[in-house]
Amino acid sequence: MTKTMISVRDLSIGYGRTTLLRDATFDVERGDIFVILGGSGCGKSTLLRHLIGLETPIAGAIRIAGIGAPRLEGAAPRFGVMFQSGALFSSMTVGENVAFALQEWTHLPVDAVTAIVRAKLALVGLEGAESKLPAELSGGMRKRAAIARAMAFEPNLIFLDEPSAGLDPISAVELDELILALNRNLGLTVVMVTHELESIFKVGKHCIMLDRESRSIIARGNPQQLRVDSEDPRVRRFFNRETSVPQWQ
Amino acid sequence: MTDEIALERPSLAFDDRLSLVVGMLQRFSWEQTASDETGRERIELGGRITIDDAAALWKRISETLVHVEGVRQVELDLSRIQMIDGACMALLVQFRTELRARKIGCEFGGGSEEVRRIVQLYGGRKKLRQTRPKRRPVSAIEQVGAATLGVFGEGKQILDFMGRLVASTWHVLRHPKSLNLRDVGLTMERAGADAAPIVLLINFLIGFVMAYQSSAQLKQFGASIYVADLVGVSMTRELGPLMMAIIICGRTGAAFAAELGTMQVSEEVDALRTLGFLPLPFLVIPRMLGLILVAPVLVLMADAVGILGGALVASLTLDITTTSFLIQLQSAVKASDILSGMIKGVMFCATIALISCQQGLATSGGAEGVGRRTTSAVVSILFALILLDALFTVLLGVFGI
Repeated sequence: MTKTMISVRDLSIGYGRTTLLRDATFDVERGDIFVILGGSGCGKSTLLRHLIGLETPIAGAIRIAGIGAPRLEGAAPRFGVMFQSGALFSSMTVGENVAFALQEWTHLPVDAVTAIVRAKLALVGLEGAESKLPAELSGGMRKRAAIARAMAFEPNLIFLDEPSAGLDPISAVELDELILALNRNLGLTVVMVTHELESIFKVGKHCIMLDRESRSIIARGNPQQLRVDSEDPRVRRFFNRETSVPQWQ
Repeated sequence: MTDEIALERPSLAFDDRLSLVVGMLQRFSWEQTASDETGRERIELGGRITIDDAAALWKRISETLVHVEGVRQVELDLSRIQMIDGACMALLVQFRTELRARKIGCEFGGGSEEVRRIVQLYGGRKKLRQTRPKRRPVSAIEQVGAATLGVFGEGKQILDFMGRLVASTWHVLRHPKSLNLRDVGLTMERAGADAAPIVLLINFLIGFVMAYQSSAQLKQFGASIYVADLVGVSMTRELGPLMMAIIICGRTGAAFAAELGTMQVSEEVDALRTLGFLPLPFLVIPRMLGLILVAPVLVLMADAVGILGGALVASLTLDITTTSFLIQLQSAVKASDILSGMIKGVMFCATIALISCQQGLATSGGAEGVGRRTTSAVVSILFALILLDALFTVLLGVFGI
C-alpha cells in the first residue's frame, strides 16, 4: 500500500478568467491531518472543491490512492466530505441524512442501517438525535452530524471545509477533539481547509499556505514549525496575527 | 462668515426655508474665516456634534464645497468641539477627501484626546482611498443589447441543460434503479392531487365565462346550440391544457426553482454529489416524470369541468338542456381534439419541469439569488408556454389533428 493518499501535480485552478492557484504540487500522506490555509479569497475552498472532484482543474493532475482522479459519478462514496455549512438535507431527519447513502448503495436491511446510523451518531457525540431535523440542531451539532454522514461509508479519507468557522469556542474545541480522535483511532486521513489558528496548531500535522497575490503555495510543513522557522513575512504575519492595516489604538 | 448669515438671508423658496429650520436647530458652531491672500481658510468647529446634527453639518460642508475657488488650504480646527460622534466625523473626513480631490490641502487641527481618537479611528489611515469614480451611465441601446444577449445566453443554457437531461435519461433507462421513485410519487401528489382543486375551479370558471360571453352573440343569430361547439373545442384543444399549465407553472414551477435553488446555495446539491448521487437523475428526472404523468389527468379534468361550466350557462341562460348540449358536444368534439390537448399538456408540463429545474440548479448568490431565479423561472416558463402553444396549434393544424 502506497504511503501517499493524495498526490497533486502542477495543478492550476480558477473560475471564469480568474486563476487562483498556479502549478501547485503537493502530497498528502496516509493518516495525516493536512491543513490548507491562507487568507480570505486565496482559493482554499476552491482547491478543496477540486480535490473532491466538484470542479475540473485548468491544468494539472490530482490522484487519490485507490480512486485515481476524483470524479463523482453515480457510485458509492469513496471518501467523506463535510461542507462549511454542514449541508445536511433539510427535508430529512439527522438519522435519514446519515442513512441516506447507505440505503442507496448497500443492500442492508433497515434495522442494520438503523444500527449503523446510531453508532455513527454516537461516534460524533450525537446519541439520540436521529429523529431531529437539521433546523433543530445548533451549528456545532449540525457540523458533527455532517461528519457522521461523511463517515457513513467507512472512508479512509475525509475532507472538511472550515470545520470550526462560526462556532463558539467550546464547540470549536470539541470538533477539533473529534477530528483528532477519528485520526488517531481510525487512522483516518483528514484534509481540512481553515484559517482558525487555534485549530491549525491543535490538529494540523502538515499544512500548505496559499497566497492570493502570488497565486502559489508560499509555505509547507508543520504549522508549529512554520510559525517559528519561516522567514517569509507573509507566513509570519499570518501565524502571528500581524495586520497590515494601521493600528487604531 | 458666521452662523447668523444664513438666518439673515431673505429666503422664500422651500429649500431655503428648510435650510433655515436646519440652521435654527443646529447645536454646534461653524465659524469660517475667509481665505487670506495666501489662499488659507480656517473653519472652527465647536459644541456637541452628533448624528442629530449630521444634516446641518452636511449642509455646511456642501455650501463650503461650492465656494472654494481660490482656496489652497483649509484648516479644520476641532479644539472647541466638546463631543463628536462617528457619523459626523465620517462627514468631516469625506469633506477632507473632497477637498484633497480638488487639490486643496486640508488638515484637522486641535481637539481633545477623545476627539483625536475619533479622528484617528475614522481618518487615521495615511492614504485615504479616493471616492470611487462614478459609474458610467449605460445607454438605452446598450441596455437593449445586453438584455438581448442575456436572452440568448439563457436560451443556450436551457439547451445545454436539455442535452445533459437527455444523457441522464439514457443513464436512468440503462440503470432503472438509479431513478429516485420517492420523488416521482411526491411530485405527483404535490403537483397533481394538491393542484386538482384549483385547476378544477379555474377551468370551471373559464368554461362558464366563455359560454356566458358568447351566449348573447350566438342568441342574436339563433345559433345558441353552438355554444357547445365553442366551449367544447376551445376547452379541449386550447384552454384546458393552457390554463392547467399556467396554474402548474405558478404552483409547481416556482416551487421547483426555489427548492432546487435553495439546495444549490446551501451546498446540498454538492453534498448529494459527494454521496454518489447525480443531480439530474436524482433531482430533475423524477420531478419531470411526476409532472408528465399527472399532466394528462389534469388536462382531462380541466376539459370536463370547463365543459360543465359551459353546460351550466347553456341551461341557465340559453334554455339548452344538458342532453341537447351533450348531443351537440358529441358531434363537435372529436377524440383527436382531446388527444391533442393531452399531448399539449404533457409538453407544457415537461417544459415547466425543464425550465424550473434548470433555473433552480443555476442559482448562485444566496437568498437574493433564489428569489431572482424563481422569478426568472416563472417568466421564462410563461413565455415558453405561449410560444409552444402557438407552435403546436400551427403544427397540429398542418397535420390535420
